[in-house]
Amino acid sequence: MSQNFRLNTGGLINRDKPIEFKFNGKKYIGYEGDTLASALLANGIHLIGRSFKYHRPRGFFGAGVDEPNAKMQVEINGCSEPNINATEIELVNGLSASSQNCWPSVNFDIGAINNFLNRFFPAGFYYKTFMWPKSFWYRVYEPFIRKAAGLGIASLEKDKERYEHKYEYCDLLVTGSGPAGLASAYAAAKNGAKVILAEDKPRYGGTLLTDDVTIDNLSGKDWSEKIISELKEMPNVIVKNRSQVFGYYDHNMMVMFERTGDHLEKKPKHTPRQRLWYIRAKEVLLSTGSIERPIVFGNNDTPGVFLSAAAKEYMKVYGVLIGKKPIIFTNNDSGYETAIEFKKNGVNPIVLDTREDQNSELINEAKDLDIKIKFSYAVIVAHGYKKVKSATIGKLNKEKIDFVNKEQIDCDSICVSGFWTPTVHLASQSGNKLKFNDSIDAFVPDKSKQNEHSLGAANGTFTLQDTLKNSFNTGSEVSKSITKKNEKIQIPNTNERKYSAHDKFWCSPLPKGKNYKRFVDFQNDVAVSDIEVALREGYRSIEHVKRYTTLGMATDQGRTSNLNGLQLVANVEKKIVPQVGHTTFRPPFTPVTIGTIVGREIGKEYMPTRKTPMHHWHEKNNAVWVDAGAWKRPRYYKRGNENLFEASKREAKNVRDHVGICDVTTLGKIDIKGPDAAEFLNRVYTNAWLKLPVGKARYGVMLREDGIVMDDGTTTRISENHYHMTTTTAQAANVLSHLEYYLQIVWPELNVNVVSTTEQWAGAAIAGPKSRDLLAKLFSKIDVSNEALPFMGYVEGDLFGVKARIFRISFSGELAYEINVESDFGLFMWEKIIEIGEEFNVQPYGTEALSTLRIEMGHVAGPELDGRTIPYDVSLEGLVSKKKDFIGKRSLAKEAFNQADRQKIVGLVPLDRKSSIPEGSHLVENKNAKLPNPKLGHVSSSCWSVENNNPFSLAILKDGKNMIGKKLFAVSPLKNTSIEVEVMSSHYVDHEGKRVRS
Amino acid sequence: MLNIKCPYCGDRSQKEFAYGGDGTITRPKLNQEISDEEWDNFVYLRKSPRGKHIELWHHIAGCRQWFKVERDTTTHEIFRTFKPEE
Ligand SMILES: [Zn+2]
Repeated sequence: MSQNFRLNTGGLINRDKPIEFKFNGKKYIGYEGDTLASALLANGIHLIGRSFKYHRPRGFFGAGVDEPNAKMQVEINGCSEPNINATEIELVNGLSASSQNCWPSVNFDIGAINNFLNRFFPAGFYYKTFMWPKSFWYRVYEPFIRKAAGLGIASLEKDKERYEHKYEYCDLLVTGSGPAGLASAYAAAKNGAKVILAEDKPRYGGTLLTDDVTIDNLSGKDWSEKIISELKEMPNVIVKNRSQVFGYYDHNMMVMFERTGDHLEKKPKHTPRQRLWYIRAKEVLLSTGSIERPIVFGNNDTPGVFLSAAAKEYMKVYGVLIGKKPIIFTNNDSGYETAIEFKKNGVNPIVLDTREDQNSELINEAKDLDIKIKFSYAVIVAHGYKKVKSATIGKLNKEKIDFVNKEQIDCDSICVSGFWTPTVHLASQSGNKLKFNDSIDAFVPDKSKQNEHSLGAANGTFTLQDTLKNSFNTGSEVSKSITKKNEKIQIPNTNERKYSAHDKFWCSPLPKGKNYKRFVDFQNDVAVSDIEVALREGYRSIEHVKRYTTLGMATDQGRTSNLNGLQLVANVEKKIVPQVGHTTFRPPFTPVTIGTIVGREIGKEYMPTRKTPMHHWHEKNNAVWVDAGAWKRPRYYKRGNENLFEASKREAKNVRDHVGICDVTTLGKIDIKGPDAAEFLNRVYTNAWLKLPVGKARYGVMLREDGIVMDDGTTTRISENHYHMTTTTAQAANVLSHLEYYLQIVWPELNVNVVSTTEQWAGAAIAGPKSRDLLAKLFSKIDVSNEALPFMGYVEGDLFGVKARIFRISFSGELAYEINVESDFGLFMWEKIIEIGEEFNVQPYGTEALSTLRIEMGHVAGPELDGRTIPYDVSLEGLVSKKKDFIGKRSLAKEAFNQADRQKIVGLVPLDRKSSIPEGSHLVENKNAKLPNPKLGHVSSSCWSVENNNPFSLAILKDGKNMIGKKLFAVSPLKNTSIEVEVMSSHYVDHEGKRVRS
Repeated sequence: MLNIKCPYCGDRSQKEFAYGGDGTITRPKLNQEISDEEWDNFVYLRKSPRGKHIELWHHIAGCRQWFKVERDTTTHEIFRTFKPEE
């Protein structure tokens, strides 16, 4: 079959460029400029899928975003993508599409039996049918639904395509390039405003491409081309086609989806497939047009039933006939435009007009063309299973609730027009409360909540003259207030045919005793009877009816079904539509690929990776990485076949026996300056800071106002009014915000400045009994003796020409120092220490050994300071000043914090001295007690003590200080272990802290 | 995504800011005698007003200044933004 329904002339397609494509495995030819839908229709293909619930055969119904049925699985560059609207995707060579929602094939679909069993698939069928027996859900229902229903199949392949995000700012965003969009964008651009004009389709002009009108004696199409080419020349205007503004968010944040790649046969390498635009617009002009409303009748979902304007668009834009024997079924003059277009192309349509005999320019033109018109007539039911073959029509009675003169006439298509529904989705998303306009039986935007205006058909204005006048004026007015320019624009003359009044008829009566399905929502397979059932069952709120029946949901968002659904509810409830109200329109207006939403933020681009200046050295020395926030830190350095346990034991042991070096660059560093710095620290930390001399460091703990420990670290007085604070790696950002809050909001009278210097300093900790010997060799010019540089001392030195800060602080319980140099010299420092440290047996150690060392000595860290502990809980009471006030102090007086059996940090050793205790284990008295077994505490940190060569853990234990010596069980249901442990002091190594001070 | 005018930097996207809670809370003075109830009110109790609300925001990915925003909690309309001392 070769394009039997293609007209020989006309349309905007390029007949010189045939394009080959596949549908359901079969090859077809279309033309450049076709959509997949128009090319299939040119080949006479109507049956394209099965309906969602009843698996009834479905065909094309619309020609653009209005299409509810034609969702296809499309292969693009080796990736298979579901739910692509065939009326929107452009034809390119090699495109391959297939029907979805049918199994095993579109022509023979097992699910169609649902149609004959439809008494079992009533409204709310998900809620009713699949509820019991409960055990059937996983075994029977879910696999069945997944196979038989659903909307296409997501690809399991990795998406190889590239997607991008873009941010723009503009004075005016205009959504849609029909007459309203063109006029308003043009007027605003002339006033010098920065304008973005977005058109969803490949071609600009909207209805100007299909309506028989002239503007300033140009055809609609020529006028739109003229305006677009002028706009494109203007530097203050961005004109975008294939771009759908799909979401209206707060403060005029508009989100737009641009199809940049799929229509290109050979996409250049760096062109993304799709692009997401975030546009912050001062004003938004919504020129989204309107969508034709269907009229509901029996079997109105049979392939071959179209919206009348879609049929016209297929002829005028694509040169395609959707049928050669059409019935036009209309309640207004629009149907006549389609009839006239058919007639001009040599097809004889018959018009059924639900209105009584009347005249208008259009009707008279149709009559002059000898088009057969039957007034007061309606299509009652369509016949044919996979394609319309005939229709039963009838003459409506006066009330239009019954009919006479039933007759069956042959036809191959039925084009319906039930008047027009303004596309108010974006306006509604903006928070605009819509109002009902009686004269067009539809909702239109009311008061703007944000800076938006709806224009033209989107605002219920259906004549070209009024649309242009309002749009030029609004474009002018809105831009004038932004740019203060006021360019006068002559509003063009138009020539259009006047419509006579439409009829409110929207649903044909059924023949007596027949129950043909009359569909309101094609995509969600919701028929009149489904909504009636929902109402009979007591659903009243339209929002509930929507959820129960699925009316207006999914990708379709009620574009064609919304108003008829509301009308039906209103009729049954004996209300009027505005009393029923409308459901909420939600973004996205049309489906958006997940790839576009994610953009480039995938894989390692998901978030930045922070590397220390010594990163490459670690890499070369077989570091195994661990993530610490965005930082990469060496967890251990693998030697030979070592595993984590062996390597970390070796590294920790080397610190206890000789000397180790650890990259501590990731610690948060904050520079604090100002005459009130000491006073500020005194308020921030729990201990006293006013008397810290220059050249000395102090360990400090800071609390939140609720008394919970926030962070710990050392702060060093570099000079009179200059301090250097360190924080834990994890809390660095929070601590800085915390300090800024108190300085800016609570105590602005303090003259202090804080700034993060984390990335300005590279840090290396050298720890172990040989660390002083190593330090002396590194800094030969300064005295590093215990007297000159005591524990918690600070000195500046010269590291082979590089200025260095030396802090004598320890996190390991050993004699230790921390050296800081400017980041650029970090690697130099590190390599010097490794080189000179060789004679002392220096080895690098990673975070695992670091943890082992701090756990052994009972130094608390993140697992203990977990947002639930106060200083007393973690044995830091010695640091809590009784004399001065500080952040969070008042909370420490709380009764619960001072109970005798309050939780406390303790150490644990397994009785067998062998079994490692899983972190997170619960501590219980009796492992065999009846559940719930009372929990006394939990294991926070575990290590293998290299000092004592057996496992050791820290735990937070109820009444911990009175539990020393007791035996408990550490139970981990996750690891399925239950280990008998002895409670002891949390300081397992060097109780008196002699080593750090020696 | 809100558009917030930092009083120091100008209009910026919400992405650059962190929310800082109720902006009308005053911390009790240091060393002030204060009842348990008053202290608990300060630490824990916050109103959740429907409508206008003065709140703190922090320009973390910008000038790092804390400032105040008067915002409608139902519509997100921002009436004004101002420096804490104003
Ligand atoms: Zn700022």
